[in-house]
Amino acid sequence: MSEITVQAVADAMLALVTEYAGKKKLKPMDLTKAMREKFGDACEKQVCKDALKTLIESGKCVYTYFGGSFVELPHIEGAAR
Amino acid sequence: MTDNVKKHETPLLDELLKGPWPSFVKEFKTLQDKKAVANDLLGQLEYSYKTKLGYWKHGGIVGVMGYGGGVIGRYSSLAEMFPAVKHFHTIRVNQPAGWFYTSKALRTLCDIWEKRGSGITNMHGSTGDIVFLGTNTEELEPIFEELTKEGFDLGGSGSNLRTPSCCNGQARCEWACYDTMGLCYDLTQTFQDELHRPQFPYKFKIKMAGCPNDCVASIARSDLSIIGTWRDNIQMDQSAVLKYASDGLDIQKIVVMNCPTKCLDWNGKELKIDNSNCVKCMHCINVMPKALAPGKDRGATVLLGSKAPIIEGAMLSSVLIPFIKLEPPFKELKDVIGRIWEPWAEHGKNRERIGEFIERVGKGNFLEEVGIDPVPEMVKHPRENPYIFYDEYLEDE
Repeated sequence: MSEITVQAVADAMLALVTEYAGKKKLKPMDLTKAMREKFGDACEKQVCKDALKTLIESGKCVYTYFGGSFVELPHIEGAAR
Repeated sequence: MTDNVKKHETPLLDELLKGPWPSFVKEFKTLQDKKAVANDLLGQLEYSYKTKLGYWKHGGIVGVMGYGGGVIGRYSSLAEMFPAVKHFHTIRVNQPAGWFYTSKALRTLCDIWEKRGSGITNMHGSTGDIVFLGTNTEELEPIFEELTKEGFDLGGSGSNLRTPSCCNGQARCEWACYDTMGLCYDLTQTFQDELHRPQFPYKFKIKMAGCPNDCVASIARSDLSIIGTWRDNIQMDQSAVLKYASDGLDIQKIVVMNCPTKCLDWNGKELKIDNSNCVKCMHCINVMPKALAPGKDRGATVLLGSKAPIIEGAMLSSVLIPFIKLEPPFKELKDVIGRIWEPWAEHGKNRERIGEFIERVGKGNFLEEVGIDPVPEMVKHPRENPYIFYDEYLEDE
């Protein structure tokens, strides 16, 4: 199997976060588990961590906290309106 | 504050100025003329006291780029009445180990906060961070930039490793059994990723206490409590013991009778200690500090699982490693920390602290997962469950 790149995992994570936006909040570990399911054991935890870091630092996703920390698409929260 | 903005009347809050205690109202009022935010904060609080309702909304998305912690969002639901506190976010700043500052560093922090925030601080929050109370979303990035330029960083919040904290250890205390400040700094640097990027089911706190007096209350207030201890004999100066006695200390009553394991013996001329039965409670050392001191073979006990009540009731940490030597680079300890995070991060439920997780899955299963052998010191409540069968017992059958 070819090596799984951080970018490929980041793209898959972003697709998942986008799909679940407004339906379910995903925790970083939910994303890691989903990636391991998608790409298999070759998708190491560090690759998932790096992918998440890429997503957050690019501004495509943000960390949120609503009784637990989640990864979501950037948006204006209700409390700020 | 501009002259045309009216100062809010605060008759209910003013009641809190009347006692002999320090009052946050007094402190807020010192800023009321200078900062509209302090005036509106007092106004909103007075209104809350009148109506007996809270008006803060929780903000879950504000923060600085790249970080998943360090900023706690707050918005006022009475923004029209109190516009200066429309946004009132809290910033947690990672405190220096042992809370030592130069006066210059404190001035720097205050200058940044007065310029870009309310000027109201809480030194320090219960995890140990410097807490800056009240600023706008637009100020978050500039504050972060100015703080990092001065060598400060944000602390933890959310489902992160929270800012590690420690007692001031060997810097001021001769009983410290390891370098708490050195370890605190090292762990903070090592676990930057866990501190700034949430990856756990819930918060995880580490506190380091240099001796069993546990001045930072780590056994009750941190998921991982690292408490200094020793494994040889208590150091004793018999002549100093006699001096305490001749100075009027009732050693039998105050020291011997209060020893929890009755491992002390005093015949009026000599104090004997049965060190094999000493549980390191520190009582005798605390009463006679010039005569007794912790032993020379020092290290720490690592305990796991304490928390304040939220989902479950309050819990105290219990022993994970009875004795560990703590010398830089603290490899063994860091390795253990990584191993205990692994199963909890993977299988913990949302908002489940590690102590609750261990109770749910069972300590035996947890230890097996982490790769640590059970030892008698881990027993929290002796004979709590009589239906435990050891492998040897089953083999005999």
